[in-house]
Amino acid sequence: MSGHESTYKPETGFTKWLDSRLPIIRLAHDSFVDFPTPKNLNYWYTFGGILAVCLAIQIITGVVLAMHYTADINQAFGSVERIMRDVPYGWLIRNIHMVGASMFFLAVYVHMFRGLYYGSYKAPREVLWLLGCVIYLLMMATAFLGYMLPWGQMSLHGANVIINLFGAIPLVGESIQSWLMGGPSVGNQTLQRFFSLHYLLPFMIAGVVILHIWALHVPGNNNPTGIEVQETEKDTVPFHPYYTVKDGFAIVVFLIIFAAFVFYAPNVLGHADNYIEANPLVTPAHIVPEWYLLPFYAILRAITFNIGPMDAKLLGVIAMFGSIAVLFLLPWLDTSKVKSMRYRPVAKQFFMLFVVVCLLLGWCGASNPDNAIVSMGEDKLVVNYTDAAGLEGTRVFEEYTPAAQFRDAQRDGGGVAAIAIQKAPAFTFKTLSQILTAYYFAFFLIILPVLGLRERPKGEPDSIHQSVLGQDAPAAAPAE
Amino acid sequence: MSASNETAPDHVDEERRDFIHIAAIAATAGGAGLVAYPFVDQMNAAGDTKAASSLEVDISKIPLGGEIRVLIGGKPFFLRHRTAEEIAAAVNTDPSKMMDPETDQERLVPLPDGTYNPAILVTSGACTHLGCVPVGPAQGSVGDYGGWYCPCHGSHYDTSGRIRKGPAPSNLPIPDYEWVTPAVVKISL
Repeated sequence: MSGHESTYKPETGFTKWLDSRLPIIRLAHDSFVDFPTPKNLNYWYTFGGILAVCLAIQIITGVVLAMHYTADINQAFGSVERIMRDVPYGWLIRNIHMVGASMFFLAVYVHMFRGLYYGSYKAPREVLWLLGCVIYLLMMATAFLGYMLPWGQMSLHGANVIINLFGAIPLVGESIQSWLMGGPSVGNQTLQRFFSLHYLLPFMIAGVVILHIWALHVPGNNNPTGIEVQETEKDTVPFHPYYTVKDGFAIVVFLIIFAAFVFYAPNVLGHADNYIEANPLVTPAHIVPEWYLLPFYAILRAITFNIGPMDAKLLGVIAMFGSIAVLFLLPWLDTSKVKSMRYRPVAKQFFMLFVVVCLLLGWCGASNPDNAIVSMGEDKLVVNYTDAAGLEGTRVFEEYTPAAQFRDAQRDGGGVAAIAIQKAPAFTFKTLSQILTAYYFAFFLIILPVLGLRERPKGEPDSIHQSVLGQDAPAAAPAE
Repeated sequence: MSASNETAPDHVDEERRDFIHIAAIAATAGGAGLVAYPFVDQMNAAGDTKAASSLEVDISKIPLGGEIRVLIGGKPFFLRHRTAEEIAAAVNTDPSKMMDPETDQERLVPLPDGTYNPAILVTSGACTHLGCVPVGPAQGSVGDYGGWYCPCHGSHYDTSGRIRKGPAPSNLPIPDYEWVTPAVVKISL
């Protein structure tokens, strides 16, 4: 915490000389060695360290890949294949970078849900949370830009879909769109600027991470009780060795999982379509983003109705961006004075439901919105026809053969007829994603503001050391 | 030299100082804006990108009931040779109930002599929803209305390229094109 006295004592002549000129060793010592850290942090708190490792891995592998990659629509796909086949260990470095993106998002989601559960966004840590949201936004932008670089089918058409979202903005949408693309379509000039920005953004993330850690070290860590440190002696332990070792252990476990993906299933989280070179004339049958953006894609597609002058497309875009923007407002939406949901019996249940809703939104994002989850009845065939006399009609069939015979009979008689499939009424992914989207927004905009005023918190201990020593109020027995 | 010492002000002229502050800030902001402009504008379409923005297409090669797809500046366009049945379906449907009402003839461009060639339909090949390229007769799916089907989010277009079902907000736009000869159209972006 910023208030604590520096305990660094330079020993050698050189460190004394340096300390009076640039006290960088003192800064590192006070931030990562003798930094007083709540003694009750559990393994959910190791994901900050894991994320720092993820960022370092992405930057190092990315710089190496840029030595071999060519940002040109005629050569990009080939240069990636060359990395995979010919560049020494290119396959390894690219697999690490590719899997690394997924692992980065996996860790950031755990980290964010952790912050949500333990109320780490509440005073005095609002700025810490906001900086985290900025990092998350930059991560999504970086991932989107990077996904375009291999110039596969998903790269091109995914970028096309996302850039088209800006076209929904009234009046200026089309100008923004062509400004982003640098021409009438996603082409070579777009690939070049995406590469440039994909290289830039990780360093901007690193910059915001420094601010994020700074904003963490001013109030100090939150902890599973959500109670602030009162007595440094009783409530905290030094960061090193206690949390360097705990974080280190978690990082090793995380890297084992990471390595399992890299070596045994590097493509399992990707899409086969991206190993087909981009072709602007053929859109893949099923365009989906990478798994970590699926919930937002589901929210985008959930809005299929117009409200007043705004059409569904614009509303979908607003909902999608709104679902991220609402995270920035969270510190002021949650009205509860109690930070940790461990002591908020009702909020805890809504939180668990929220996690499930986010996962289900991901499922919806990966599925075709018109597909049935539960179908009520059988699909039918409908023949719409206009006979020679100009009379319009519709006839429903169960089987194909009679439907086709009827259609051909109409055509032979000089009319026009066509067969269409009439879907049986069903509970579709579209309906599910609409329900889930409603809950997503209700959680932030209704449940958290109202619950904070009405809920009766239960069993909050008086201090961190009391909770560690098992002297909680008798009513609370939080399962770890 | 010594004169300035004698007349050293005994008070600060606040208004004068405010004026200098405002003027300095305004000049800096204006300068920053002027410098920012080229850095923003460089991302707009370059001269050579804009130049590659029209194409002449020989429509006599399109098989009946089929279509050809061309790229202009990377944007897809469809040129479809419609069958008599497809034209009838496009003409005979009442557009007033459609999501984006347009008659079939409004979606054609007349030849120089003022007549129409309804057999050839020229449309943009980008779904108006999110820009996917719909599939058509050559890909084995024409949707529920015989025209095109966008597999991304399920938009159905009829044989006039009009949106009939699905999330797309409007019809496939008709590009800016003209008949150079009865067998050649020139499409411009």
